Amino acid sequence: MKHFLSLLRHEIRTLFIAPATYTAAVLFLILMGLIYHGILRQYTLDEQTVDPAYVFFQIFWIPVLFMVPLLTMRSIAEERRMGTLETLMTTPVTAAEIVLSKFLASWFFYCLLWLCTLSFPVIIQMTIHQEPVTQALLSKGPLIGGYLFTFLSGTLFIAVGIFSSSLTRSQLVAGMLSFSILFILILGPRLLQTQGVAMQIEWLQASVDYLQLFTHLEDFSRGMLDSRPFFYYLSNTGLVLGVSILMVESKA
Amino acid sequence: MVISIFPVSTDQPSIEVTNLTKHYGPVTAINEVSFSVAKGEIVGFLGPNGAGKSTTMRILSGLIPASSGIAKVCGIPVASHSAEIKRRIGYMAENNPLPEDMRVAEYLHYRASLKEIPAKQRKKRVEEVLETCDLHRKTKRKLIRALSKGFRQRVGIADSILANPEVAIMDEPTIGLDPHQILLIRDLINNLRGRCTLILSSHILAEVEICCDRVIIINQGRIVATGSPKDLRHEFIRRNQYHIRVAGEKAKLLEVLQQVDPEIDLQENLDETNDSFQTWNAYSVISGDLSEELIQRILRTNGLRLGGLTKLEPSLEDIFLSATRRSWDVTQQEAQNIQKTYQQQQENTD
Repeated sequence: MKHFLSLLRHEIRTLFIAPATYTAAVLFLILMGLIYHGILRQYTLDEQTVDPAYVFFQIFWIPVLFMVPLLTMRSIAEERRMGTLETLMTTPVTAAEIVLSKFLASWFFYCLLWLCTLSFPVIIQMTIHQEPVTQALLSKGPLIGGYLFTFLSGTLFIAVGIFSSSLTRSQLVAGMLSFSILFILILGPRLLQTQGVAMQIEWLQASVDYLQLFTHLEDFSRGMLDSRPFFYYLSNTGLVLGVSILMVESKA
Repeated sequence: MVISIFPVSTDQPSIEVTNLTKHYGPVTAINEVSFSVAKGEIVGFLGPNGAGKSTTMRILSGLIPASSGIAKVCGIPVASHSAEIKRRIGYMAENNPLPEDMRVAEYLHYRASLKEIPAKQRKKRVEEVLETCDLHRKTKRKLIRALSKGFRQRVGIADSILANPEVAIMDEPTIGLDPHQILLIRDLINNLRGRCTLILSSHILAEVEICCDRVIIINQGRIVATGSPKDLRHEFIRRNQYHIRVAGEKAKLLEVLQQVDPEIDLQENLDETNDSFQTWNAYSVISGDLSEELIQRILRTNGLRLGGLTKLEPSLEDIFLSATRRSWDVTQQEAQNIQKTYQQQQENTD
C-alpha cells in the first residue's frame, strides 16, 4: 500500500480539476434544492408528523441513480481506453491499490456533495429566526441518521459504479450498466415486496425485507443503528471491489 | 526497503526469452520465439505490422501472460515474479498514452512516486530526466494536452528512464517524429548506452540501424533474423549492386563487365539524365569490391566514357524486405508440405 497515497492524491486532484465534476455537482445541488423547496412548501400547507429531514432522505435514490454512474463511469473505463491503465500496471503499483484509490476518491466526493445539502436547512435557519422552525429543520436525529445512511450505502453504490467501469472500455456502457445495477439494487426489493410472489412466501419476505434499503433508512433516521445494514453494505462493497480488482488484473 | 531475493550477477543476460508462444484465441501472435539480450546492449526489434513485436514487449514487461515458454528479465522469470520485474524495467507503451490534463513536471513527479523513487531524490531525478530529454525549459510547465507529438514522445521516454531502470522497453519511441526530433532521440539513446539495457521496436529501419547494436527481425510471430546490421547484410544480401554512369553502347558495356564477372546482370536505370551519360544498375554475386577493376576496364575500352561508378551498400531496408520475404516463402512452403502430406494420407485411406 506504499503507493496508495500518491494514487489517491492523484485521483482526488483529477476529480477536482475536471469540469464534468463541477457540472455534476451543480446539477445535483439544483435538484436537491428544488426537492427540499418542494418539501418545505408541503410543510406550509399541512401539518406533518415527521421532520423535513426525514422526508428529504426518503428520496435519496433519485440523485443516487444519476450521480453515481456519472461520478464513477469515467474512472477505470477511460484509463483503459486511453491506455494509461497499462502504463500504471508497469509500475510497482498493484491492481488493488488502483481500484481502492479510485473508489475512495469517488466516495469522498460523493460524501462531500451530500454534505453540501446540509447548507439548505442552515440557510433557511439563518433567514428565519424562529425557534420552532429551527428546531424542526435542524433536529439532530434524522439528520445524523440520514447522513450516516447515505455515507454507508454510498460505499456499495460507488463500488458498483467502479465495478461497472472496470468491465468495459466505454464510458457509456459503464454508465448504463451501473445505472441498471443500482436500479435493481435500490428499487428491486421494494418491487418484490409489493408485487406478487414474495407476499405469499413468508421466509422469502423476511430475506427481501433484509435487502430493503428503505427499511434501513427508516431505522437510521429513527436513530436505530442496527449492525445488519452495516454488515450488508460493507461486505457487499468488499465483494464488488474484490471482483473489480480481479477484472483490472486480468484485463489490463 | 525492498530486499531482492535475486542476486544480480554481471555476466547474466538482461533479457532471456525461451520458446515464447502467445495465442489470442485461434490466432498465434508469436510462435516459439527465443532470444537473449546482454547487459547494456541496445537491441532493435523490427517487423511489419502485426508481426508480434508489441506482444513480445508486453509479455516482457509483465502486462500479459504468455501461453507457453519462459521470459526472464535480469534473470527473474516474469510470469511468477511480475512485481519484482516492475521495479527493474521502464516501459513505454505503443502510442504513448499520457494523461491529458497534467503538466509535464507534475506528471513525472507523480510517476516518480509510483516508481518508488525516495521522496528526497524525486525532485533532483525529475530535473535530470527533464534535462536529458530536453524538456526542461518552458515545456515542463505545459499541459500534456497542449504538447506536440514530438514532445509527448519525449515525455514518454523521460518516464520510461525515470527510475534508472536496468532494462528499458520502448514500443515505437520514434513514431511520428520529424527528422530533428529523431536526431535528438538518437542522441538520447546514445546517452543511455552503457547505463541500461534497451530494447526498442521500430518501423524506421535507418533509425534502428544507427542506434542499435543488434537487430532482431520478426515476422509472423517468428524470428527470421538476428545479428548486427553488418552480419545481416552479409547473410541476406548475396549480390552487390553497382551504379555505373557511362556514355556508350549497352552491348559494349556488357561485354566489358562480363570480363570481370561472366554472370553479371545489367539493367537500365530509369532515372532521367540531361546529358549523353546513361546510368546502369549492375548486379554481381561476387563478394568483395569490384569497383576498381570495373573502372580500369571501362576506361581502357574505346567507345565508352565513364561518368562515375559507385558500389551501393545495401540498407537495412533491403535486408528487412529480403528477410521477411524469405520467411513468407518458408511458411508458404510449410503450408504446401502440410497439404501434400494431408493429400497423401487421404490417398492412403482411399
